[in-house]
Order: sequence, then structure tokens, then C-alpha cells
Amino acid sequence: MQMKHAVIAGLVMLGASALAVAGPSGGTVTGKVTYEGTPAKMKPIDMSKEPSCAKMYPAPPLAETVVTGAGNSLENVVVFISAGAPDDAAPSTAATFTQKGCRYIPHLLAFQVNQELKITNEDQTSHNIHPLPKVNREWNKSQPPGTPPISEKYDKAEFIPVKCNVHPWMHGTFAVLKNSHFAVTGDGGSFSLANLPPGKYTITAWHESYGDQSQEITISGTEAKTVNFVFKAKPY
Amino acid sequence: MHETSAQQVVHAPPQGFWRKYVFSLDHKVIGKQYYALALVAVFTGMFLSWLMRIHMVWPTAKIVGLELLSKNGAPGGVMTPEYYLSLLTMHGTLMVFFVLTNAPFAAFGNYFLPIQIGAEDMAFPRFNMMSFWTTFLAWVVLMLAFVIPDGPPIAGWTEYTPLSAVGRDAGPGMQWGASLWGISIAIFCIASLLGALNFIATTLDLRAKGMTLMRMPLCTWAWFITSCIALLAFAVLLPACILLILDRHAGTSFFIPGGLVASDRLQPHSGGSPLLWQHLFWFFGHPEVYIAILPSMGIVSHILINSMRKPLLSAKVVIYSMLSIGFLSYMVWGHHMFVSGMNPLSSLTFSFPTLTITIPATILTLIWLGSLYGARIQLTSASLFAIGFISMFVSGGISGFFLAQPSLDIYLHGTYFVVGHFHMVMGVASLFGVFAGTYFWFPKMTGRYMNETIGKVHFWFTFIGTYLIFMPMHYLGLIGNVRRYQSFVNDYMAPYLWLHKDMTIAALITGAAQFLFLFNLIYSRFWGAPAPENPWNGTSLEWSVSSPPPWNNFGDRHPIVYHDPYQYGVKGSKGDFVMQDSPEVLASGD
Amino acid sequence: MGKFFAVVLVLVAMLSAYPIIANYFPLPVDISTHGHLIDSQLHDTMLEAGIAFIGAQLVLAYFLFAFTGRKPDAPLKNFPGGAKTMVIAAFLIVGTEVLALGAFGQKAWATVYFVPPKADALQIQAQAEQFAFYFRYPGPDGKFGAIHPDKIDEGNQNYFGLDPANEVEARDDIVSGELVIPVNREVNLMMHAKDFGHSFYVRELRIQQDFVPGLDLAIHFTATQIGKFEIVCTQLCGLGHYNMKAYLNVKSQDDYDKWLKEQSQ
Repeated sequence: MQMKHAVIAGLVMLGASALAVAGPSGGTVTGKVTYEGTPAKMKPIDMSKEPSCAKMYPAPPLAETVVTGAGNSLENVVVFISAGAPDDAAPSTAATFTQKGCRYIPHLLAFQVNQELKITNEDQTSHNIHPLPKVNREWNKSQPPGTPPISEKYDKAEFIPVKCNVHPWMHGTFAVLKNSHFAVTGDGGSFSLANLPPGKYTITAWHESYGDQSQEITISGTEAKTVNFVFKAKPY
Repeated sequence: MHETSAQQVVHAPPQGFWRKYVFSLDHKVIGKQYYALALVAVFTGMFLSWLMRIHMVWPTAKIVGLELLSKNGAPGGVMTPEYYLSLLTMHGTLMVFFVLTNAPFAAFGNYFLPIQIGAEDMAFPRFNMMSFWTTFLAWVVLMLAFVIPDGPPIAGWTEYTPLSAVGRDAGPGMQWGASLWGISIAIFCIASLLGALNFIATTLDLRAKGMTLMRMPLCTWAWFITSCIALLAFAVLLPACILLILDRHAGTSFFIPGGLVASDRLQPHSGGSPLLWQHLFWFFGHPEVYIAILPSMGIVSHILINSMRKPLLSAKVVIYSMLSIGFLSYMVWGHHMFVSGMNPLSSLTFSFPTLTITIPATILTLIWLGSLYGARIQLTSASLFAIGFISMFVSGGISGFFLAQPSLDIYLHGTYFVVGHFHMVMGVASLFGVFAGTYFWFPKMTGRYMNETIGKVHFWFTFIGTYLIFMPMHYLGLIGNVRRYQSFVNDYMAPYLWLHKDMTIAALITGAAQFLFLFNLIYSRFWGAPAPENPWNGTSLEWSVSSPPPWNNFGDRHPIVYHDPYQYGVKGSKGDFVMQDSPEVLASGD
Repeated sequence: MGKFFAVVLVLVAMLSAYPIIANYFPLPVDISTHGHLIDSQLHDTMLEAGIAFIGAQLVLAYFLFAFTGRKPDAPLKNFPGGAKTMVIAAFLIVGTEVLALGAFGQKAWATVYFVPPKADALQIQAQAEQFAFYFRYPGPDGKFGAIHPDKIDEGNQNYFGLDPANEVEARDDIVSGELVIPVNREVNLMMHAKDFGHSFYVRELRIQQDFVPGLDLAIHFTATQIGKFEIVCTQLCGLGHYNMKAYLNVKSQDDYDKWLKEQSQ
């Protein structure tokens, strides 16, 4: 009996340590996106022409072209693998873009080529979403309140500015990407790209106002690498 | 002008199905073809107005089946704001061009002008056939806008530039939809020019012996004056549409200034003037509304005289009034543009002739009214609509009096006051002329009466219904209700939405009553009671031929007329009238 | 049926006139200095139009009542004076009334268009675009920065295409979605269209003027009452036309100064 217990315990320990040693499949790249210099001050959005949205905010929200945080961190930066990784099939879940309070949530939506894009309208007013692509097909669609979500997709990779035809202050971005290795920085400016198979990659950070920057990294196994990006802020 | 003798052999008797019923050279068949096209267009336009009015008061409602008409325009059956504007544009375009220019003018004019002047056919029967089929082509091109994925244009039947000129960046429907509109209207202009030429040549050259210009029936005069107006008006709209198409497709900038940013793109044009389009369009557009109403004025005069068994107080004054209206109609176009940004001094210059047009319009109204005094009025479906026209013309015309003053237009421009005004004069009064003409001339055209009971019910629903729909628009205009809005999302309009709901209900009921008319038309065509040659004891030449007339109108005879066409209230051998081609010596009237 | 028609006509005339007589649809309050001229002209026109409208419908009703359903041998009569009376009536009565109203009515038009703005009028620029109005104040330096259509960046709320990076005058320009003005002070509104034709309409100000792309237009007015009033677009400009509005926010001089100062921060 004691022998049996010992063998089982041993096997369990072997299994656990094997798991611990294997870890995630592939390397990880983490980092932070920050800026240097003085960014432009974001102005509060004047929504007075749409009282049904304006009344949702105790104080007018700020424009989201440049969103900064503690430690000079930069939000809404798309960090992605621009070279070195094969294209991935689109996931079956949809990427959701919401019109709420006469703003786009999230301000920047990153999703994959041919992935379903679902656009919802949670406001009392009609919106007309108008993405402005250069290589993809351009369309715009009205969405009266209470109507079902719009379903669309893009078949080419592109950074697409999005505006609302009815509300001039509403702007956002679609980042349509070729593979599944991407992240969008949030509060604090950090990102993490996991499960990168061994290889040589170009990792790019893209911001709608400050442009894009790229760096080369090589993943050999399951290591964790750090890559930081620093953008030059513009005062206006 | 002295009479001419009609010694023309116009064309051979029609043989075979295609020559008889489709590519006919016979003005009577062509008139009926125009009428049929106008009938399709008016029911389409009415259906569009139902959709518009329903959406205005229930903007988030699911209209069952609408997604079949347009997947993009009504996802899930809920109309988008842009589709409302598409329907609005098509409603206006169909109604103004394909109904109000076609029905009172092209349809009845084609059918009856040659007969009323004693001619065998129009001067140019081949042109005549071409002008109908060109109109039909214009209609097909326009209707294609419903079928294309992006839908019809959204800039209104007035298609102001640069919204209609820059193309896709202006919005949905402004790529191919707007181009189809421009092409369709350009084709329509060509058709109308051919038609106008024909009417003018026929009236001047083919009158029977004894038929001086002053002896022509009043509706013939109206068609003649209308065709003179149309010749100049459409001759200006045609190049305007061509310039618009060039701006849209050939990179020109007739109507587009530089520095415009739409859809976040700097538009690649410069040097053009948006006001140029407005001037060209309204130089056509104002005479066009007189093209819409003058024939109905003539038809109503013609029917009134017959129904009240006495001539109007003075046919000559009526003719000169219609001539003055035609002449003045060319001087007033700027009253559509008082606050457009044109020189404010011009606004005063346009206001003066606009106010002056009130004078001949009033003369006509007073003559119609005054002629009723002491008459023996017989009320039939036809005469009910003719008399109803007078009421409607007064109502619609008087609101024009407000809009003619630039100071008042500052407040009333772009509001429902304008919408009420033009619907009452064009959408109701002019259409009443068409209804009256239909009930009056149906027996001549088909050899059968329309059902009088259904006709009278149709009249009452329409008369009361149109007042209920369009009179309130003036009140809404007074409080500043802006037009061309797909729904009212502002607090300002909230206290008045109940009136819009009432108007929508009235529109649905009145529209439904029009199916009585349609049923009456179709039923009576095949099963109506047979009608004789002269069912209304009329005097003009159309009542001297069989019902329907033979292919060359008068058979082998060449009619001669001896006096004016309105010898009513006289002691004639057949009754209280003497026909125009009767040499009967007139006893003094009673 | 003739008698019935007559009754219907009388009802139509009365029911149409009643909402006007009972003032069920009153004009909105007049907050302008020239509006009283328009309002009084509107009232005069309404009175004359009302008399003509009711008169014509009642006369038609009476004639229908009296002259339908008559025997076939009933005598025909002619209206006394015949056509001549009608022509004279049209010229004299209508002609003079109509032209008089037209002539006297120019006063309101002249006040709006032929009287230039005062030298010290508050200069504000208005831009109309699909589908909003934006208003620009010159800021403490009193100068407007230049407009560069290629620099328009709406996500950043640079609706006018200003270039503060390179132009000093543009740096202190104040852009607002509301037209905020002080009461009893003349405002000169310079109107610029960014993309298509639009129109500026404030019912209470009794003012309406199209924005024309490519044309520099201006209108001037003085608001005499404090409050918030709708500015609505009345020139069909695309799919959002129905929702194209801004608010005219008339404040006391002190509140206006305070607002202006807040915007400059």
C-alpha cells in the first residue's frame, strides 16, 4: 500500500514539474508604450447639438485622439507583429464596436481580417457609421435606435479611420490585422503578446496621431522578452 | 390670326398590333399611353408618400416588407434617415415630371387638342410617338434608381448643388442614384421639347376652316400656352442637367467651388457656383409649376362651362389672363431663392412680378366664380372636381401671397408653409383638373361612362381628405416646422406631433379612396354603361365625333366651325346649346 | 348635392380659419430687434388673406347653393358688370393690396439686409457642415486664424482646419458647438460652408439665411432676451439634415464674459 502511494505521488510530482517547466507554448513579448515631450491638451467634446447624449455626462468627456496616463504612458496604441508571422484564420467570435453616449467604445478596435465586426447602437439617436478605408470597400450605414447590430467584415489588413456621419466629433479607428498577435495598450500603456513560436519578428506600435514605430526581435523558445516604445508627442 | 385649312393626310390607317397599340402614330393612342404612365407614376408617388408620412410619425416602426424594397434602406423594416430622403426625392420627381407634366398636358392635350381644332392628328405624328417613348425611357431610367444597391438620390427633386454634384462623398444614393436622376430628367427634357414643338406647330398650322385662334376652346388655349412655356423652360433644364452630369463624371466644376471637404476628403473641384444651379433650375422650375396648373385651368374652364350651361363671363379675358400668367411665369424664379445668398436687391426685383401674377390669377378666379352666378349648374363627378378646383386654387394660391413677400419668406422659407402651398396648388388643384378631365372625357375616349356614384364618393373623400392633409401644413409652417426632416427629434416640435399623426391618418384614408378611382377606371373601361357621341350635350368639336373617335378623328369630312365653342344657354335645335361646327343661326339666348 | 357642397365649403372655410383666429399656432416669442416688422406684416397679410379666403369660399358656397338643382328652363343670368367688373376688382382691390403689402413690407427686408452691421458688432464665425454648426470666436487677440481645409481634424475637434502650430492668431481662437452671445449686443455672423449648402434658421430671431459653399455671407442681428433657442438647418444637406442643429445661448453680458473666459483656459 505504501509503495503504491509513493509511486502515485512520484508520478504526480513528475507531471506537475513537467507542466511547470513547459509553461506557455512559445515566447512572450511584453512592454510599455510611453511618450516624450508635451502632448496636446485634449479638449472636452461639445455635444450640445445632441442633448440626448450630452445629458449622459456630468462633465463633457475629453476627445480621445491622444489618451495619456501615469508615467507618460500612451493608451490606444496597437502593438502587433507586422512581419515574420504567418496569417491566421479569423476567430469565430465577433469584435464588437459600440456607439454609446455618442462615442465609439472602444475608441480603437483591433481585430483580424475576415473576422466578424459587430456594431451596436445603444443611444437614443440614430448614428451613421462611416469607416474610411483606402484599400478595403468603403461603406456607411445608418443605425436607428433599437435596430439590430450591423455585421460587416474586412478582407484586407488596414488601419481604417472611422467617423460618424451624423455626429462630427465621433471618431475612432479599426485596426484590421493579419494575424492574432496583437494588443491594444490601455491605462498604464502596457501590452503583452504571448504564444509566439520561435522566429524573427518585426513588432510594430501604431498610434493614430504619432505614427508608427517598429523593432526587430527574435524568439528562440519560450523566453519572455521586453520591448518598449517611446513616441514623440506633438503639442498641437 | 386667320384660319388655315387642314388638308393633310397625316399617316396611313394603323395596321397590326404593334402599330395600333404600341408604336402608334395616332395622337389618341399616344395620349392614352401618357395617361397610363401618369397613372402608374401617381400611384407609385402616392405609395411613397404613405411610407414617408408613416415614418415621420413612427420613425422607429418596422414597416413590414420594406426591407424587400431596399435591404440597405430599411434593415429589418425600419427606414433609415437616408432612405426617407430617397423616397422624398423620388416622390417629388415622379409627381412633378411624370404626373403633373404628363397627365393634364401630354395626356389630355395629345388626345384632344387635334380634335378640338378640327385636325386629323398632330403636325408631326412620328415626333409625337418618339416623345412618348422617350418619356417612357426617362421613367425607366429613373425607376432604376430603386433597384441599384445604393438606392435613389437623397437631395430632393431640386437636387441642389454641390450636394448633387460631388458624387459619392455627398452621401448614400449620391453616386449612381443621382446620376440616374440627371440622365432621366435630361431624357425627359428632350421628350418634352419634342412634345411642345408638336403642340405649337399643330395649333398654329392645322386649325380647321373657321377656327381662328380666338375660337379655340379654353383647354386648347391652355395646352398651347403651356407648350410655349415648356419649350423655353425645358430648353434650360436640359443643359443644366448636362452640366450636372459633367460635374459628376467629367471632372468639371460648373457648380462646385474649391475647398470643400466631405467624407474627410478635399473635393477635387474649384471655381464653380452653387447658385448657378439654382438659377438654371428655377428658371425652369417656376414655369414648370405653371405648366402643371395651366392645363388644369383650361380643362376646368371647359368643363365648368358645359356643366353650368353658360359660357364664362369672357373667354377673351380668360385667354389673356392665361397668356399673362405664362409671360410673367418667366420673371419670378428668384422667389425660390430669396434667402439663397443671391443679392438681396434681386429678391425685391423678383418679388414685384411674383405679386403681380396675383392679378391674372385673381381675374381667373373671379371669372370662374362670377360665371357660376345665374347658371344652371349640373353636378356630375366631372363638374364636382371642376368646382372643387376653384376652392383648392383659392386655398393654395393665397398661401403663395405670403411667400411672395421676401420679409415673410425670411420666416416661412423651408417650412411646412411652403409644403402646404405647393401641395395644394399642384398636388391637389392640378390633380383635380386631371380627375375632372377623366370623368368628363372618359366616355369620349372609351365609349363608356364611368360610374357616377363611385365617382361622387371618390370626390367627397378626396375633397375633404386633401383639406385635412394639407391645410394643417400652413399652421405648422407658422410655428416654424422645418421641411424635409425624416422625423422630429427636437423638443421644439414635440407639442405638434399630434397634428402630424392626424395628417398621416388623413393621407392614408384619402389615398385609399384613390383606389375607388382606379377601380372605376378599369371596371368602366370594360363594363361601363355605353355612352353616346355627346353624353354631356357639349359644343366643342370632340363631341361631334363618335365615342371613341375613328383613327383620323373626323372620318372623311373636314369640319368647318362657325363660331366660338361655347354656345350654351341658347335656343338650339338640339337643346340649350349649338355645336361649334353647326351653321345654325343663333337665336338670342334666354 | 349642391346644397351639401355649399355646407361643406362653409365648414371648410370656418374650420380652416378657426385655428388662426383662435391663435392655436402662435408665432414663437420674438427675441429680435427687427422681428416686430415681420410679425406685423404677417398679421396684415393674414388678415387680407383670411378675408379673401373666407370670402371666396363663402361666395362659392352661396353660388352652389343658389344655382344647383335648378329646373332645365330656369333663366340664366349674368353677373352684373360681367368680366369688366372682375378685371377692375382684380386690378384695384387685389393689385393695390398686394403691391402695397409688397412695398411696405420691404422695411423688414431692408433692416436685415440693407443696413450694415454696427462697427462694434461682435464678430463670430459660423461654419455649417454635415451635420452640425460650429462657431468660432477670435479670442483675446481679436483675430481669427486662417482656415485650412486640408488641416481639418474632427476627431481632435479641429473643425475649422486651424493651424495653431504655425499660426499665432489661431492659437487663442475659441470653437464652440453652441452660439453663445450676450443679450442686447449686435452680432455679425460670418457664414462659411465646409461642404454643402446649409441654412441658418432661428425662429425666435426671425432670421434665416443659406450657407453657400464658396460664398462669404454674413448676417447680423441682436437678441433681446436671455435664453436657449434652437438653430436648425433648413437646407437639405444629406442624411443627417433632420438632426442638424445647434443652440443659440443668449446670456447676460456678465455671464457671457465669464463663459468666454472659461473657454480661453
